[in-house]
Amino acid sequence: MREVYLDHSATSPIRPEAFQALQEAALRDFGNPSSLHRKGVDAERIISEAREVVAGALGGEPDEVVFTSGATESNNMAIKGVARALSRYGNHIITTRIEHPSVFETCKQLEEEGFQVTYLHVKQDGMIDLDELREAIIPGTILVSIMHVNNETGIVQPVVQVGTLLKQMREKITFHVDAVQSFCKLPVLPREWGIDLVSVSSHKIGGPKGVGALFIKKGTKIAPIILGGGQERGLRSGTENVPGIAGFGAAVKAAMAGREREASELDALRRRLIEKASAIKGARLVGAVEGCAPHIVNLSFPGLRGELLLHYLEERGVYVSTGSACSSRSRALSRTLTAMGLTSDEAVGSIRISLGWNTTAEDIDYACEALAACVAKLAALVRR
Amino acid sequence: MVPVILVRYGELGLKGLNRPDFEKALSENIKRALQGLEYRYIHRDRGRIFIENYSMGEEGEFLSRLSRVFGIVSFSPAMAAELELDQVEQVSLEVFRRAMTVVAEGKSVTFKVHATRANKAFPLDSMELNRHLGAHVLKNIPGLSVDVHNPDITLAVEIRDRAYVSCRTLPGPGGLPYGVSGRALLLLSGGIDSPVAGWLAMKRGVEIQAVHFYSFPFTGEKSKTKVIDICKALARWSGAIQLYVVPFAEIQTSIMEHCHEEMRIVVMRRMMFRIAQELAGRHGALALVTGESVGQVASQTLESMRAVNAVTNLPVLRPLAGADKTEIVRLAKEIGTFEISIRPYEDCCTLFAPKHPRTRPQPAEAEAEEAKLDIVGLVRTAVEATEILSVRR
Repeated sequence: MREVYLDHSATSPIRPEAFQALQEAALRDFGNPSSLHRKGVDAERIISEAREVVAGALGGEPDEVVFTSGATESNNMAIKGVARALSRYGNHIITTRIEHPSVFETCKQLEEEGFQVTYLHVKQDGMIDLDELREAIIPGTILVSIMHVNNETGIVQPVVQVGTLLKQMREKITFHVDAVQSFCKLPVLPREWGIDLVSVSSHKIGGPKGVGALFIKKGTKIAPIILGGGQERGLRSGTENVPGIAGFGAAVKAAMAGREREASELDALRRRLIEKASAIKGARLVGAVEGCAPHIVNLSFPGLRGELLLHYLEERGVYVSTGSACSSRSRALSRTLTAMGLTSDEAVGSIRISLGWNTTAEDIDYACEALAACVAKLAALVRR
Repeated sequence: MVPVILVRYGELGLKGLNRPDFEKALSENIKRALQGLEYRYIHRDRGRIFIENYSMGEEGEFLSRLSRVFGIVSFSPAMAAELELDQVEQVSLEVFRRAMTVVAEGKSVTFKVHATRANKAFPLDSMELNRHLGAHVLKNIPGLSVDVHNPDITLAVEIRDRAYVSCRTLPGPGGLPYGVSGRALLLLSGGIDSPVAGWLAMKRGVEIQAVHFYSFPFTGEKSKTKVIDICKALARWSGAIQLYVVPFAEIQTSIMEHCHEEMRIVVMRRMMFRIAQELAGRHGALALVTGESVGQVASQTLESMRAVNAVTNLPVLRPLAGADKTEIVRLAKEIGTFEISIRPYEDCCTLFAPKHPRTRPQPAEAEAEEAKLDIVGLVRTAVEATEILSVRR
């Protein structure tokens, strides 16, 4: 059976370049980067090279990049680290209702610890309202955390405008952006855009799992949340994941080398997908054709169940995902979709199709055929 | 002096002519449970089973495995000594000293001796032994006092062919040796109840094979993994469990297409029973086992049970018939299946489940609905496509 993997926003298959770099580093450069002897130096060099690549991709300097175990850790570190470092200046944090759980749950925990958090709404188009943000800012606001590209819908938040707005404030407010879904797909330029902290992940762009980074613009006040041997300039202790970081660096290098081409190819594939899928009866595009990330399409089939559709597609070798779980025990609706004002039927009926570095036009055509067939089959069952 | 685990079994002692068979089954089951662990041999002697010269470095593993062998009432890690008084004294001291290390240090320790004499040829009777060994321990280990009512340590001495000295007696699970009651087929859903029902049947000596009705693509592969993990947990009491995974989505689809919504669940369960009966026949199972508890849900009313039961002539064991949910949950936690059962990959049967299922369906109504289905064909296809897995602990 043909297999078409369209769940790159969950994780991407590893790029050959990344795998090779990972393997070589694991076998050859096994030293501890902190060791004083040559083996340590060799491992240290691997990390430095990867650091330069990641920094370059973000238009920053190498010493602005801290490697972590992944974007969940990066998000935790950014939010808790800033909250801790700036708590004497204020205790107010602003974020949105559509953030990834690693941001959302971290903010919830800080609320329990006495911080105040404002969760910005999103409009029907999935975007935050800059006026609401402006009004939410108070003298005690220390941090604004807003994702760049939403992982469920592909909708792009106006982080450039947010950066400009925050720069105009009299008091310094730290600005964190979760760029997991946009990194290496859209330009992410923290220094130009007035962003202080950026979280990125390796495995969403074809690197290995278990590694990510937090970009920390020079001068940003942040406290470490993991203490120990003082690695990563004391900001993130723990022996570095050398093979993971090597693979991450190689994946970024490969992705950035062809970024513009890859992005425009992805966008063409996405448009092809939207065009074909929109012809399926009952389909509704969540998000927009224009102005969205090039690799995420969220479709809703109100009245059907996304999770069933997922398994029907799986039966035909097509792998997608759903934001809302369907189980008789808990029918947890997607936070993002409900924040956008989707009805429960629309949220339950939604699936996310996400493209990546190895997606082809044939994949899209096959997936659309399968989708049409599965929707027809399911709709026939539901009608009874 | 030899380390020996002394295993006691109760109920099977009462079973008349079956007794030798049961004892044999129990020692075979113990051997199977201890596979991979080191000991000299296992032998039986008048109401006891002895695991001779076991590797004391693996004692924890021995004890934890024995605690899951049905038919065992209790067991004690012991030292065996020859029937000479000075040897018994010496071993008693040694065993006692070892037990002291587990009592909190710095605390004054109380003890008593509990001797039993099955072998009347030994010169001291049990009362004399109690006194003699008690005095010996007091004399040789400082800081002890005797408390016959609530001692910290009880030194148990059994005089048989040898003297068995022990300070610990652990409970076994009781019940009958696994397999002596024959084989039955458990309908295993992945919920909380059915694993407990299976375990209770196993405890009564029933060899369990399990059948799971797998609704992919109405449900994901993770629901199958979950059922396999439940079997793995149950297999800790039996060594291995044969699992039949029956593809069921086609039957559900057919029911949805043809049968009245209110009757879907009854018809579905009747299909399950038919398939289970067919599998039972093929694999030598004498009964079906379900996790039903009377009145728990619409499909577990007596009317529903009757309507479903009507399709099989096999006995259907419902060990949980009279159990409350809280009791079932407590047992599920004890046997280690609860945490698996509550994983959230349940059937996506919200699609399938009617809004208002019939709580009091009549067999005749079910038959009328089923007339619209190709029962024989559906059962045959499902049975032919059944996947057979052997799940080990």
